[in-house]
Amino acid sequence: MTEQAIPSSPIEAELELYGALVDKEPQKPPRSQWIDVWQQFRKHKGAVFGGGFLLFITLAVVFGPFLWDVDPKALDIRNKNWRPIYQLLFDSEAKAGWAHPFGTDQLGRDIMAQMIAGGQVSMAVGWLAMGLALVIGSAIGVLSGFFTKLDFWLMRFTDLVLSLPILPLTLLAVTLFRQPLNARFGPEGGMFILIVGIIGLTSWMQTARIVRGDILALKEREFILAARSIGTRSGKIIRRHLLPNVISPIMVSATLGLATAIITESALSFLGVGFPSDFPTWGKLLSDAVSRMQEFPERVLLPGIAISLTVLSVNYLGDGLRDALDPRLRGR
Amino acid sequence: MLTFTIRRLLLSIPTLLFISLVIFLLLQLAPGDPMAQVPLTVPPEVKQKMREALGLGQPIYVQYYKWLIQFFWVEPQVFIDWATRDTLLLGWLPDTHLSTFVDPDTGAVRPVQRAISWQTRSPIMDIVIQRMPQTLWVVGLSYIVGILIAIPIGIYSAYRHYSLFDQAGTFVTMVGFSIPPFFTGPLLIVIFSVSLGWLPSIYDTTHVVTDWASFKVQFMQMIMPVMVLALQTTAQISRYMRGAMLDNLNQDYVRTARAKGLKETTVVLVHVLRNSMIPVVTVIALGMPAIFGGAIITENVFKVNGIGQLLLTALFANDLPMVMTLTFIFAILIVLFNLIADVLYGLLDPRIRYD
Repeated sequence: MTEQAIPSSPIEAELELYGALVDKEPQKPPRSQWIDVWQQFRKHKGAVFGGGFLLFITLAVVFGPFLWDVDPKALDIRNKNWRPIYQLLFDSEAKAGWAHPFGTDQLGRDIMAQMIAGGQVSMAVGWLAMGLALVIGSAIGVLSGFFTKLDFWLMRFTDLVLSLPILPLTLLAVTLFRQPLNARFGPEGGMFILIVGIIGLTSWMQTARIVRGDILALKEREFILAARSIGTRSGKIIRRHLLPNVISPIMVSATLGLATAIITESALSFLGVGFPSDFPTWGKLLSDAVSRMQEFPERVLLPGIAISLTVLSVNYLGDGLRDALDPRLRGR
Repeated sequence: MLTFTIRRLLLSIPTLLFISLVIFLLLQLAPGDPMAQVPLTVPPEVKQKMREALGLGQPIYVQYYKWLIQFFWVEPQVFIDWATRDTLLLGWLPDTHLSTFVDPDTGAVRPVQRAISWQTRSPIMDIVIQRMPQTLWVVGLSYIVGILIAIPIGIYSAYRHYSLFDQAGTFVTMVGFSIPPFFTGPLLIVIFSVSLGWLPSIYDTTHVVTDWASFKVQFMQMIMPVMVLALQTTAQISRYMRGAMLDNLNQDYVRTARAKGLKETTVVLVHVLRNSMIPVVTVIALGMPAIFGGAIITENVFKVNGIGQLLLTALFANDLPMVMTLTFIFAILIVLFNLIADVLYGLLDPRIRYD
C-alpha cells in the first residue's frame, strides 16, 4: 500500500472529495446570453462597420434637417446646376461652394438637403415595410408551426404567395391603387402607405418558413412539455417560451428584409411608379439624374452610393448577427 | 420519382389557376378605362357599344372564363397552326387549321378571335413572341456568364478558406449583392460609354449579325446589360457554392479519398464538387425567374425592347390584357422552375426520395 494520509473521520474525507471539484480559479460572475452575443458580434469586423454605418445614416437622416436647415424643395433658379464642392479640386472655375456642398440640381434645389429628405423616406419605408413583413411572417410562421391543423393550409398559402411574380405584381398594384389612396391620404401619404403595404405584404414568406421550421423543432422539446403539463395555455407558451427562442432567426431575416425593402422602394421610384415627382427619395433622385448623367455624373453617384452603402452595411450586419446568434459558432 | 413529378405537375395547375385569378381580380379593380383615348366627340352610347365589343359589359366570371379559353385553348391552336405551316421542324406535317373556322352565314374561312392588346389592336401573343428573343438573349447569356464566373470563385474561396482570395471574394460578392442594377447600369454607362466611349449605351435590337464586323458590334452592345445582370447572379451563386463546398470539404469521405492517395484535383473537382453541386443546381433553377424580374430594370436602363419593357409600357398605357398575359407568363416561369428545382434535387441526390 502506498503512503497516504488517512483521514481521521468520514466527514473530513467527504470534504476532501468536494475540494477536488472546486475550481482553482476565482469564480466568474454569471454571463448573460446577450453579452456572449455581443462579444461574438464584435469579432466580425464587417458587421461592426455595417452596424455603425447603419446607425450613422439613420442618425444623419433623422437629425440632418436640424444641422442643415435648407428646404429641399426651395427653388433658386439663379444658383442652378452647381457642382459638388470636390469639383473645385480639379477645376477651379467650377460653379461650386460651401453654400451647397453637394451642388444644386437643374431647378436650383440643394442636393444635400434633398439627399437627407430622400434618405428619410427611403429609411422610413425600409424600416416600416420590414416591420410589417416581420409581424406577418412571424405570426404565420408561429401559427403554422404550433397549430398542426393550420399548418397545411398556411404553408400552401405561403407557397402560393412565393410563386407570385413579385416585381410585376408590385408594379401592377402601385399603378392600380395609386389614385384611390392618393385621394384619401394625399399624394405623398397615399403613396407611402401603398409602398410600405405592398413591400410588407410580398416579403414575409421567407421569415414565415424559417420561423415555422424552428417552432416545429422547439415544440417537441421537454420545456414545452413541462410548460404544458403545468397547465400553461397556448398563447402563453407562444409568448413566454417560443418567441424568445426564435428571436435570432427573426432578427437575421429582419436585416435581409430591410435591405430588400430599401432596394424595392428605390427600384419602384426608378421605374417611375413611386412617389410623386417633387418628393425626393434616393431612387427618385437617381432616376431623375440618369437623363443628364453625362454633364452631372455626381447626381447619379450620390444617391446610388447612398443606397448601395446602406444595403451593403445592412447585409454585413445580417451576416455578423447570424454568426453571433448561432450558439454553435459562438465562442470559437 | 416519376409519380412525384406527375403529382407536382398536377398540383401546379391549381397554383397557376389561383395566380391567374389573383392577377385577374387585381386588374378588375383598375380605375383605367380603355375608351379614355377615344376622342370626346364620340357620343357616350357609341362608347358604351365599343366597350361591350371589347367584352367589358359581361360579368366578371364570364370575362375570366373567356380569358382562360383564350390563353389555354385558342393560343395553343394558333401556335400549332403556325408550327405546322412555317417552321422547319414540324413544317413537313400536313397543315392544321385549328385556329380557323367556317363562318356559317357567308361560308368564308375566318380566323378565330384572339386576345388583342388595347394599345396596338394586334394579338398579344404575336407581340410577346416578337419581344421574347431579345429578353432571352440578354437574360440567358447573363445567367450563363454569371454561373461560369461564380462556380470557380465559390470553389476556390472554399478551398482556401479565410485566405486573402476568400476575403476578397466574399467582399466582392457582398458588394455585388448590395448594389442594385439600376445603379450599376448607369454607373457602367457613365464609365464605359460617356467617359471612355468604348461601348454603346443603348442596345440596338434591330441590329442583324451577318459577318464578323456586325458580330463585333453585337458583342460590344451586349457586354454591359449582360454584365449588370451577371453581377447579381455571380454574387448569389458563388455564396451558395462556397457554402456547399465548405460543408463537404470536412466530410469523412474526403479524408478517405485523400487517404487512398487520390490526387488533390480529383478529390476537390470530382468528389467534393459533385456533391456540392446538388444544392447549387437547385439554386440555379430557382434563380431563373428572379432574373427575369431583374431584367425589367436592366431592360429599362439599356433600352432593350424585351418583355420587361413591354410590361412597363403596357402598364403605363393601361393595356390590361397585355399586362395580364405578361404577368401570368412570369408566374408560369416561376412555377415551372420551382418544379424543375424540386425534380432536379431528387434526381441528383439519391438520398432524397419524395415517395
